[in-house]
Amino acid sequence: MDKKDYLPIIGLEIHIELKTKSKMFCQCQADFFGKEPNSQVCPVCLGLPGALPVPNKKAVEWTILLAKALNCQINHFSKFDRKHYFYPDLPKGYQISQYDQPIANNGFIKIYYEKGLEKKFRIRRVHLEEDTGKLIHQGEETLIDFNRSGLPLVEIVTEPDFNKSEDVKRFLEELQVIIRYLDVSYADMEKGSMRLEPNISIKKLKTQNLKLKTNEIDNLPSYKVEVKNINSFRFVKQAIDYEVERQIKILEKGEMPKQETRGYDSKKGITYSQRSKEEADDYRYFPEPDIPPMVFSSQEIERTKLPELPYQRYQRYLKNFSLRQQEAFLLTRDKKIADFFEEVNNKFQTQSQKLSLKIDNSSQAIANLIVNKKISLNLDVNQFVNKAITLLLPKKTDKELLKKVINKILTENKKAVSDYQNGKKNALMFLVGQVMRELKGKVEVKEVIEELNIRVRS
Amino acid sequence: MNLLGKTVLEIKSLIEKKKISYNELWEFFLKRIKKYNPRLNVFLTIVDKKTNKIPIAVKDNFCTKDIRTTAASLVLDNFIPPYESTVTKRLIDNGFSVIGKTNMDAWAHGSSTETSDYRPTKNPWDLERSPGGSSGGSAAAVISYLAPAAIGSETAGSIRGPASWCGVIGLKPTYGRVSRYGLIAMGSSLDCPGPLTLSVKDAAYILELIAGKDFFDATSSLKEKEKYSDFLNKKKSYILGIADDYFEGVDKETEKKVNEAIEIFKKMGHRIKKIKLLSPKYAISVYTILQRVEVSSNLARYDGIKYGNSRQNFKEEAKKRMMLGAYTISFGCFDAYYKKAQQVRTLIIQDFNEKFKEVDMILSPTMPITALKLGEFKKYPFFGEKMDVLAEPAAVAGLPAISFPVGLDKNNLPIGLQLVGRYFEEKEILNLSYQFEKETEFFGVIKKGIERYSD
Repeated sequence: MDKKDYLPIIGLEIHIELKTKSKMFCQCQADFFGKEPNSQVCPVCLGLPGALPVPNKKAVEWTILLAKALNCQINHFSKFDRKHYFYPDLPKGYQISQYDQPIANNGFIKIYYEKGLEKKFRIRRVHLEEDTGKLIHQGEETLIDFNRSGLPLVEIVTEPDFNKSEDVKRFLEELQVIIRYLDVSYADMEKGSMRLEPNISIKKLKTQNLKLKTNEIDNLPSYKVEVKNINSFRFVKQAIDYEVERQIKILEKGEMPKQETRGYDSKKGITYSQRSKEEADDYRYFPEPDIPPMVFSSQEIERTKLPELPYQRYQRYLKNFSLRQQEAFLLTRDKKIADFFEEVNNKFQTQSQKLSLKIDNSSQAIANLIVNKKISLNLDVNQFVNKAITLLLPKKTDKELLKKVINKILTENKKAVSDYQNGKKNALMFLVGQVMRELKGKVEVKEVIEELNIRVRS
Repeated sequence: MNLLGKTVLEIKSLIEKKKISYNELWEFFLKRIKKYNPRLNVFLTIVDKKTNKIPIAVKDNFCTKDIRTTAASLVLDNFIPPYESTVTKRLIDNGFSVIGKTNMDAWAHGSSTETSDYRPTKNPWDLERSPGGSSGGSAAAVISYLAPAAIGSETAGSIRGPASWCGVIGLKPTYGRVSRYGLIAMGSSLDCPGPLTLSVKDAAYILELIAGKDFFDATSSLKEKEKYSDFLNKKKSYILGIADDYFEGVDKETEKKVNEAIEIFKKMGHRIKKIKLLSPKYAISVYTILQRVEVSSNLARYDGIKYGNSRQNFKEEAKKRMMLGAYTISFGCFDAYYKKAQQVRTLIIQDFNEKFKEVDMILSPTMPITALKLGEFKKYPFFGEKMDVLAEPAAVAGLPAISFPVGLDKNNLPIGLQLVGRYFEEKEILNLSYQFEKETEFFGVIKKGIERYSD
């Protein structure tokens, strides 16, 4: 059979660690990165006898904000549930999560491709839960660090709408940009504040015809494989492509891939079996009795206002600044850079008006300077604008002055002149340098060379 | 000065008037504990450290900073909490100090204090008998006067039951009135801390100190607490509801004493009204399911890794509860058990709310019988639930209730009467109890109990 006869079906589970000041259910500081193990813990996040969780309001608000940005429907009634399983990094023997009434459902992210193409990927649910501690394996021993225990974690579950690893990557990139615009998480895969677990299965298509009947797509395979430990953007494509390939090979042998959880080994570039999931897990969910249900009125939900999101900003750049698509896209990928661009652009426009300078499509020119890193972004706005002006202004050369200086340099450097005339090409550049230095760079190099050439040859 | 039987407020006044010193006070109680505790097995841990505060006994499921806290289970045999429960913190901040941690059923699973891993507590009225449970140690500590007052906790009957069987006052506040922070969880949606005392005034005073919003407990109420003692002895006549179902299967002597008390209430100017309440048997089913579910979840953290003792230390009762609870929320069972139980719980609440439009309080015996001999409980499955049948409806609904003595039976064992009030109307049940106390002095029951342990 041809590969065309197989359709990968991929759904995503994404965890986002919110960057609130305190943890999800206690007052402990949330920023644990690089802190001494078990230094940011309390009875609550250690699950000590008698300790009780009190939800972090900011985390709930941010989850609503994020869900709104993902075009979700925010539920008026939501509650926390206990999800039971045994693992040493889970101090209470259950995780406080959300089961049948998450904060939000039914959203989507649109991905815009070249040539005006767009794809929509549906989001099934967005819920809030707590992170676990961290196991550190050291030879024979395993140590537990509970600094991460109880951090607020948003789980985003998509519909199985993906067929290509490339789309997954694009989706994640878009999600990351949105989250960073909202400033609710660092969304850093390498540091674990954004984690991806794709569920992958392969559908065998009955027809050779690529035009699929809808019911054929709706009918999902009877198994799925969850892939864990993809801890870098670089590996998203690799891990999924490997797993798709692996499953197709099994199907081609006429066998059925096993329902299981597999880990991704980034060194070998393969996935390996971690845990069989032949039987469905029974987490014995039930409503968390320690936390009253949450009720959100329509007004409260309305009150959560979204900032301008990357795609809207991109559109505005096309419209208001007449930027080319590529620069508009690149600039708006990072909110800080986009903000910087707008500040520089504003200042530049007023400055150039004051000096009655005329530059064609100066916004695009500034966009180019930023995108191509022609000027360091570490400069402050004023310094950047000044540099941009010198770079972008066509230089009017004072011909008289230039001639005068060249005269001076030629008399002072007779040796270089004769060297050049004797065929030492380098000598000319030395002279150019001398002239430029004398004029403190206020002339175009091109003109200096031209003028020098004429004079030295003659 | 003979301190025997002095209430907390009396002690407070003696101290203020410099009639006694804290040192004398502690000497007095520590000496009594040394003498009587080996006989009664009331305390699991004795805090032999005098302070300039009034000693109080605290059930061993409240975390007390730097004081061993076991919940009467060997699983926590050497657990020394690094933090203070809200209840004990508020007591310490208001002039009390823990003199000892009292025995209880392990994890509060039981109604007899017999499931304790540290042997049962004896009923001070008859050492062959159970003090009730699970706050048996707290009730016994008060009636044997090893402490002037005690803190207990109730999931369904665990304060009122032992108060009834030991002949003291036991107050179970509205769910959410007193913070659960630091109380080792049993049934999280039901657990309520409360005082066991020698007088209604003491109960009101202690409630005043421990009640109120706690930002460490999301289920604690934002409703302002009240000055409960100021409300005592308010001239007010109440309509008291009585439901036949709450007298069903009640021992004749108990019924007789409760009926005599009803006559006294009438004489005092209160009206009695017959009402029909949902049979308490429904509360048993609801309670059994919900409590087991919460137990199975709350005990999951004792995984044998973190507290140094293996899970082998869980005994039969805890294991049965965990198994049953885990089963009732396992895949496919949730709707049939848990969900249904929650639905019936709502019906019970609605039923109470309806009836409280007609009456101010509901009156009934606290326990269907007086204290049982030790060992009786083991003979019947769910016997504890049946013993607590009259206490469970209020617990399931989260209503406030109080138990106080109304006499002794032919075996010289105390009989208790309970009043159940509207949500957050602790002041009303305390007021009526106080009126009754002034009228009857609880027929001398408390005095007689303490006198058995004079000298």
